Amino acid sequence: MISKFKVGAATASAIAVLAMTSGNALAQKKYDTGASDTEIKVGNIMPYSGPASAYGVIGKMEEAYFKMINEQGGINGRKITFITYDDGYSPPKAVEQARKLVESDEVLIVFGPLGTPSNSAIQKYLNAKKVPQLFVATGATKFGDPKDFPWTMGWQPAYQSEARVYAKHLLATKPDAKIAIMYQNDDFGKDMLKGLKDGLGAKASQIIAEESYEVSEPTIDSHIIKLKASGADVFFSFTTPKFAAQAIKKVAELGWKPMYFQSNVGASVGSVLKPAGFENAQGLLFAAYAKDGSDPQWDNDEGMKKFYAFLAKYAPDMNKTDGSVVYGYGQAQTLVQVLKQAGDNLTRENIMKQAASLKDFTPDTLLPGVKINTSPTDFYPIDQLRIMQFKGEKYDLIGPAIEGGMGH
Amino acid sequence: MSTVQDSVSQAPAVTAPSKKSMTVSTTATLVVFAALLITPLFVKNFIIFQMTMVLIYAIAILALNLLTGGSGQFSLGQSAFYAVGAYTAGVLMENFGVNYALTLPAAGIVCFIFGFLFGFPALRLSGVYLALATFALAVAMPQILKLNVLEHWTGGVQGLVITKPDAPFGLKMSQDMWLYYFTLFVSTVIYVLAVNLLRSRSGRAMMAIRDNQIAAAAMGVDLPLYKTLAFGVSAAFTGIAGALGAIVVQFVAPDSFTIQLAIAIFVGMVVGGVGWLPGSLVGSAFIVFVPNVAESISKGLSGAVFGVFLFAVIFLLPHGARQVARMIEMLFTGKARSGSKV
Amino acid sequence: MELFTNQVLAGIATGAIYACMALAVVMIYQAIDHLNFAQGEMAMFSTFIAYQLMQWGLSFWPAFILTLVISFIGGIVLERVLFKPLTNAPVLVHVAGFIALFAILNSVAGLTWDFTIKQFPSPFGSSGFLGSQLISTHQAGMVGVTLVLLALLYIFFRFTRIGLAMRAAASLPESARLVGINTSWMIALGWGMASAIGAIAGMLIAPVVFLEPNMMGGILLYGFAAAVLGGLTSPLGAVVGGFLVGIFENLVGTYIPGIGNELKLPIALALIIVVLVIKPSGLFGRKIVQRV
Repeated sequence: MISKFKVGAATASAIAVLAMTSGNALAQKKYDTGASDTEIKVGNIMPYSGPASAYGVIGKMEEAYFKMINEQGGINGRKITFITYDDGYSPPKAVEQARKLVESDEVLIVFGPLGTPSNSAIQKYLNAKKVPQLFVATGATKFGDPKDFPWTMGWQPAYQSEARVYAKHLLATKPDAKIAIMYQNDDFGKDMLKGLKDGLGAKASQIIAEESYEVSEPTIDSHIIKLKASGADVFFSFTTPKFAAQAIKKVAELGWKPMYFQSNVGASVGSVLKPAGFENAQGLLFAAYAKDGSDPQWDNDEGMKKFYAFLAKYAPDMNKTDGSVVYGYGQAQTLVQVLKQAGDNLTRENIMKQAASLKDFTPDTLLPGVKINTSPTDFYPIDQLRIMQFKGEKYDLIGPAIEGGMGH
Repeated sequence: MSTVQDSVSQAPAVTAPSKKSMTVSTTATLVVFAALLITPLFVKNFIIFQMTMVLIYAIAILALNLLTGGSGQFSLGQSAFYAVGAYTAGVLMENFGVNYALTLPAAGIVCFIFGFLFGFPALRLSGVYLALATFALAVAMPQILKLNVLEHWTGGVQGLVITKPDAPFGLKMSQDMWLYYFTLFVSTVIYVLAVNLLRSRSGRAMMAIRDNQIAAAAMGVDLPLYKTLAFGVSAAFTGIAGALGAIVVQFVAPDSFTIQLAIAIFVGMVVGGVGWLPGSLVGSAFIVFVPNVAESISKGLSGAVFGVFLFAVIFLLPHGARQVARMIEMLFTGKARSGSKV
Repeated sequence: MELFTNQVLAGIATGAIYACMALAVVMIYQAIDHLNFAQGEMAMFSTFIAYQLMQWGLSFWPAFILTLVISFIGGIVLERVLFKPLTNAPVLVHVAGFIALFAILNSVAGLTWDFTIKQFPSPFGSSGFLGSQLISTHQAGMVGVTLVLLALLYIFFRFTRIGLAMRAAASLPESARLVGINTSWMIALGWGMASAIGAIAGMLIAPVVFLEPNMMGGILLYGFAAAVLGGLTSPLGAVVGGFLVGIFENLVGTYIPGIGNELKLPIALALIIVVLVIKPSGLFGRKIVQRV
């Protein structure tokens, strides 16, 4: 007679074996080119030379961040191999580098390529090859379009989002404004202009002066003169750092004191306001999504403390007041989250799936109240911004997180 | 300052290679051609892509060689013609659905007219003044391409994305390989045309202009005709290169055609050897691969490494690859070719 | 009318920038009969040297003077080491050399000081000039310094022996040698002076446009345009040309409707071509006659 004990034991072992094997089937590793048991190859394209080389620092930051992750054991036991190439901000070169990454280096994903022209050039290729073009480093609104380009996703708030937030703030605080706008005559500036006009709706008729400038112009002083002469009392400066600084300086020199909105890309305390002169930038408004490294109010913030510790150990000569430095950290951290979520299923499809299912993820460097959310129809990870105003030598938060409204 | 008249005896801007040494012996040509023909069968698609780009830039450098080495006229503005060719192809393909192969002659014709027209004001300029004028053209071109009024066709700042063609007749080869052979065919045709042009009467007229403009005029050479013709032909070839470039890269935008491109083509010509047509291939390989090599040495310093390489070439081999070829040739034949200058 | 005046004044302000650069361009042209495409980068590099000296604790004027000395010597060294061996090479090779120099300077500056913008102090302050809100004291100072430089150069070329020797070496090298002028060192001297003038230009321009490695790109081009317009052999022409280009550029941007702004660059550069074709010697230059 089989004792109950033996039957019990047999059943228990049978169940245990069943559990183990089915567990194994569930945890089966799946890899696409560029991933293996020991490594994940991440490709990246940055302008380390040429007109946009100031942003090259983002690539360097990300490299340092992945180094730290590797030293902490990697992601699920795998080391990140970060391969980054220079495209000099030239689209044909970007295409060449993208092809090199995919066909020669055989990376799993192309992460954080920078610049609208470069990303436009490689978007079709990467989508055709079904390689994730993940967290592109540009705010061009067109990169959050899962229907036409399911393999491409942005990261920072779309320019139109940001501009809409400005519109909302303006309508709430100064509804009878007379508006002057200066914008860079490229996709960045035009994107912001559209977002602002859309956000203002009927009130867009209150825009009484609009000036565009070319990046090739040495100074934008003549535009500021014209805008002041229009008699506007609100000024939108959709400018990149160099021109943002020139504008702040000239506006102050002219003795013009409008309500001053500055686009996020040109609002960094260390790289823009300081050279322009703090005394000239008092009262300046901009919409932020990340904390500023020069702001003492974050000195005891948990997230920023980790950021500063990281800088001290892995990137000691980086300038923490440079917005690009903070950017690189946050973007890298988001990628690490996605890779962690992917677990052992490191196929390109799953990576995109995980990227499209981030729920309330908060990297160390984002402002309180700003969270990353994505879904299969929402490819705008960061879509909230908070208005900040410059006072003394730093920005003060003056409002809650406002939805940009581009993500559905 | 008064308008005092100076007299300056103007040396030719370009030292003239002799007619014979403007090309290379038949055996060498066949060897290179065979190599170009066979290599794609053994390498990855990405390398094929790079080789295609080398061929395309070689056409552009060849065109500049014709203009400068052939007729003695400077140009730092080839990127403008390249851009016009690229956009012609892009606009025709994306807005009007024209077959990609037909865009090449279209680009050629458009650029010929454009180059010919530019040649007229250029008639009165020479040497450094012409360099400056063409430089201005190159810098202005991206700006013109961004113009709002043209945005409907050109895509403005965003540019145009172009569809890559498949191999015809259902041939079993990748798009990259097909485009490579297509480009090889076109570049061979252009090379042959260029060589024949230089050997023809028109070519001799151009070279006479290059060597001594005033003497040529005194001998009855129709200066305006041949100078503008040189510009036109050079622009046409560059335009075809641009069209090919657009098809292979699948994207055109104003940022793709900055002065950097014009400088690169110019540098390629110097490295390859001015007036030595086969050198175009060497120069082209230089500008495609050396920046990559520089980047692997040091990311931020790639520009500096490029500059240092360039200086090295200038100092050690002022006549570019032509010198190297001559040295190799002397090794093989044991004597210098008749009529060639050192 | 007020808009017109404003734009003209603003044009003079930017024109001062171009005029400074144009002076350096003319200087080098006088010395070597070539247009040095790396002139802008040399000026930028000198400005960074000044910036670095100030970071190390020097105050403005000592840093300024030390930079001038360094730039002068640097220019001579560059010429002796890199360009003297190329004296007999065709023009093309010279141009390739300039381009290589451009790439190297730009890269090294970027690596040493990175590409973010830096503030560069102005010795003139930036309050309104004579109470005007359109031209700051700095911009007025820039115009002033440019005019002073111009006067100094005029005196140098007209009334000093070395200036005369340099002019002789540039226009009639054979004859100059026959009377005992060391033409080779005249060229080196020309480079040194052009480099120093470029440094002044850079240090005047940086406070307005902010210092960064790519700051001189567009300005160099306008500098060329100004020099061509004024006449490549005439320092006075360079300065006048600079102001004219600045004013013209602004007026085009303001008064041509719609695309005026986008065409600022192409039109200003079309200027170069038109002037070169109609009157190659520019407004003030000397005519060059070709002898057969």
